[in-house]
Amino acid sequence: MRIRIKLNGSWREDDVEPRLLLVYYLREVAGLTGTHIGCETTTCGACTILLNGEAVKSCTVLAVQADGAEITTIEGLASDGKLHPLQQGFWEEHGLQCGFCTPGMIMAACQLLGRNPHPTREEIRQGLEGNICRCTGYQHIVKAVEFAAQKISPQSTVES
Amino acid sequence: MIPESFEYHAPQTLAEASRLIAQFGQEGKILAGGHSLLPLMKLRLASPRHLVDIGRVAELKYIREDADKIQIGALTTHYQIESSELLKQKCPLLPETAREIGDVQVRNKGTLGGSLAHADPAADWPAAILALGGEVEARSESGSRWIPAQEFFVEMLTTTLQADEILTAIRVPALPAHAGEAYVKFAQPASGFAIVGAAARVVLDDAGAVAEVGVGITGVAAKPYRAAAVEGVLRGHSPTAKRIAEAAAHAAEGVEVNADLYASAEYRTHLAAVYTRRALEKAVERAGGK
Repeated sequence: MRIRIKLNGSWREDDVEPRLLLVYYLREVAGLTGTHIGCETTTCGACTILLNGEAVKSCTVLAVQADGAEITTIEGLASDGKLHPLQQGFWEEHGLQCGFCTPGMIMAACQLLGRNPHPTREEIRQGLEGNICRCTGYQHIVKAVEFAAQKISPQSTVES
Repeated sequence: MIPESFEYHAPQTLAEASRLIAQFGQEGKILAGGHSLLPLMKLRLASPRHLVDIGRVAELKYIREDADKIQIGALTTHYQIESSELLKQKCPLLPETAREIGDVQVRNKGTLGGSLAHADPAADWPAAILALGGEVEARSESGSRWIPAQEFFVEMLTTTLQADEILTAIRVPALPAHAGEAYVKFAQPASGFAIVGAAARVVLDDAGAVAEVGVGITGVAAKPYRAAAVEGVLRGHSPTAKRIAEAAAHAAEGVEVNADLYASAEYRTHLAAVYTRRALEKAVERAGGK
């Protein structure tokens, strides 16, 4: 089946089998291997991408379901060779160890900051509930998201 | 984990979807958000010849108030329900239940209608819809009918929907005065599914006694059910802590209780009483009772 997808800002057309999962489309048809395949059972969040602006697990979406949609993957975040604030946050705050969960974490965090630009630590943890880090580096991941939130829309420190 | 091959159909209207599903009969399956069906297809527990994706049928995506009822289109996602200001005011049990489902990504894609039609015995929505005394609309080429939630669930993964019918809407009562609702669950730590989930809706009369009560329970039996014995002990009485605890003790009465790796039947029966009590206490407190 012929599908048309706006992938990281540019439209492309491909012939795909209806049973092709979106994550395989991204990795094997479009060649964007930044989106990882972890559990393949809608659990781990490594394959998280933005589908029409919403974070979804691309192992549980058919590529044909995304026909006509806009998709953003980890490759679509940096612009003009400059890291996205979330990428910078993960760099600065040591938000990754092995890095396998990182693309999914960043895409889920991307939606979180879109819905809630100034999340508390608890809200960050809730926003990332669908993403598992097997290195268990959660403290630094939360700090990385806080770094990005501050970078994207600076807020003066609340007096306690 | 690749599904078996199938033919994919993407109707734009409900009429077109109904025609396709009537044509394919048992060989066709309806795809909504895909967060119940696609996992089954990836495991090859389901291998439909024809997949009718209703995801583009815009007329099935809405939340609206209609007199003292709330009607929700089947394709409304868990997140849309979770974040709906109308529902937070008019039917707070639904957003409260939505928040308990899966995770953020799952709630962005999974739909109310899809979950109900799938009828997983440990899903969250059935408890809420049963407690509310809701109804489910089924449409086919030959017309439409409203099915009370209590008659909708038949067995594990089985509902009264016919092969040519599409679940199109859900209708529940809006929150009246002196009423409270709550959903609490004991989740399986890895999957998030309910080992026990209890939803309660309580309406108090002017004297503070229970005028109406609905209790829906999921995760405990082969199908979600309405706990009539619990309701019977409460109805007409002042909802004191003692009366609530007495009522909740009947939570698993008359059902064959599930037993699995995570919870024996005895433990689940105990949890059902505990979570039913907690749901009722919260609902009564929210209704303004003591």
